[in-house]
Amino acid sequence: MNYFLTEEQEMMIDLARQIAQEKIKPVREHYDETEEFPWPLIEDLAKSDLCGVYIPEEYGGLGDGVFNLVLVVEELCKVDGGIALALAASALGTFPILIAGTEEQKKKYLPSIASGKKLVAFGLTEADAGSDATAMKTTAIKEGDHYILNGTKCFITNAGEAEIYTVFANTNPSRGARGISCFILEKGMPGFDFGKKEKKMGIRASSTRELIFNNVKVPKENLIGKEGRGLIIAQGTLDASRPGVAAQGLGIAAGALEEAVAYARGRVQFGQPISSFQAIQHMMADMATEIEAARCLLYQTARTMDANPGKRTTKESAMAKLYCSEVAMRVTTDAVQIYGGYGYMREYPVEKMMRDAKITTLYEGTSQIQRNEIALSLIKESASKKK
Amino acid sequence: MKIIVCIKQVPNTTDVRINPETNTLIREGVESIINPFDMYAIEEAIRLKERLQETVEIQTLVITMGPPQAESALREALSMGIDEAVLVSDRAFAGSDTWATSYTLTEAIKTLGDYLVILFGKQASDGDTAQVGPGVAAHLDIPQITFVRKIEKMEKDCIVAERLMEYGYDVISSPLPAVITVVKEINEPRLPSLRGKMRAKKAEIKKITSDDINVEKKLLGLDGSPTIVKKIFSPPKKEPGRIFQEHELEDGLDFIVKTIREQNII
Repeated sequence: MNYFLTEEQEMMIDLARQIAQEKIKPVREHYDETEEFPWPLIEDLAKSDLCGVYIPEEYGGLGDGVFNLVLVVEELCKVDGGIALALAASALGTFPILIAGTEEQKKKYLPSIASGKKLVAFGLTEADAGSDATAMKTTAIKEGDHYILNGTKCFITNAGEAEIYTVFANTNPSRGARGISCFILEKGMPGFDFGKKEKKMGIRASSTRELIFNNVKVPKENLIGKEGRGLIIAQGTLDASRPGVAAQGLGIAAGALEEAVAYARGRVQFGQPISSFQAIQHMMADMATEIEAARCLLYQTARTMDANPGKRTTKESAMAKLYCSEVAMRVTTDAVQIYGGYGYMREYPVEKMMRDAKITTLYEGTSQIQRNEIALSLIKESASKKK
Repeated sequence: MKIIVCIKQVPNTTDVRINPETNTLIREGVESIINPFDMYAIEEAIRLKERLQETVEIQTLVITMGPPQAESALREALSMGIDEAVLVSDRAFAGSDTWATSYTLTEAIKTLGDYLVILFGKQASDGDTAQVGPGVAAHLDIPQITFVRKIEKMEKDCIVAERLMEYGYDVISSPLPAVITVVKEINEPRLPSLRGKMRAKKAEIKKITSDDINVEKKLLGLDGSPTIVKKIFSPPKKEPGRIFQEHELEDGLDFIVKTIREQNII
């Protein structure tokens, strides 16, 4: 399929592929087994300039947006969905600054993010505030020139490893959802600590921990946007970041298909390669078709977003995330099926791909939440039509 | 001041096939890459520049002699961070052996201005001669340190390097300019960066032909090559050995005795 990519985008993909093949592939199993954070690989990514592909040039990045991020994340995830997550999660944490940050905040934080020197984490989820972010209990009470943050965030990707954190807290609990505000925190602020590291099913090379705020004094300059606008910033962020999760799912699926086809050609049963059996062929055909459909939807969504900055793309973004992540789960499950018993063994790559794929249907909004968003958009569109 | 790296574009395969009739490499369908040992030379040049740039102004330059398509190897070196590239290319250079190659490269290098050091990979993965680096040093009449695994010290007029030996290493100091050939222990070559790739794409590559350098035409290419390749062949495939189990000891011994008798060894 010709996606009419620019020469620059082709270069990004080539470079991401080279890093994935030469640097990540030889060690992906190691990081999955040990659950270590892959700092040497993050440094390789930083040197490659790929960390800044979605950040505007005036802040040290290379480009114009979400589509570049999608291309890079997809390519890296073909080989490993966990390691590339450090980059994708960093983008998630960066979007609040890109969307609603002041010029000073952008100048202060974006260049070191674009160069890959610093990672970012996004702190929204709490133990009792998952799909329902408005139930958050973390508070930020204004005292003079500061806000005092108290509370705990959970399941935060890049936690402990990132230097910069975009954190949501309630500045006016009596106003509920309209009391939520967004702040920039830095690692090392007194009272800002990290909780236990989660043991996960997949994406085990990524760090998932709690953020603990115990009277953390945050300067008022670190407020992103206005007080009470946090939820809107979070929604805008998720619109922008969900294509990144979709790209992660798509990449994992494409990687699994590639492995499965190669395996099917080499695996001989009943005196012939299993790729000659129609049962296997039809599975491969369905996997490839779904992947291509997912890619079309995702690329077009990302392009639409880049071409219409500031316009909400909740529906398209949710569709791309929903479809790509569900395809990732189906395709990786089928890849294990094609491998048969070998596919279930940790010695072969597809079982890890299946474990890694599952998260894409869960975080940044479950598949069910994506459907809610899509349906809500449909209803709103219909209601706003003139009769 | 320049740091020059000489590279060669080679076929990307360790399984080089040879046309038995013409005794030449079969290049069809084989991707071309930078000779893997030259990647270490490129990396070392960039690191030397990073090390020295506070005291001396350094320009890194990559040069190759080869057909026009060798330009892609030069662009790859540029994408890693080399500053300039030179392609030495002319039909008159075709068929050069290591002598004619080092002669031609030497004359091309003489046109490039002052340099501190000329780096080479220890040998090319296709020809495996390891002669062009030392050949250039001889033609230029400058010192050479081969098989360098570490550059301990480098100043404006002196270098101290470790030369890898079969058992251990030598520490050698030499005045500059000098030729250095490097082994893979010296560093880990970096990957290109996106900005590097973009720059490399647009970069202008200087071209040098036989008219641009001060050479005797009869010393170029096939005519200027004293080496005559009489025969190249693929080594015959080795027969697999036979393994006898413990209970087959007698059969095994009989087989060994019979075989060495047949070969007139005893």
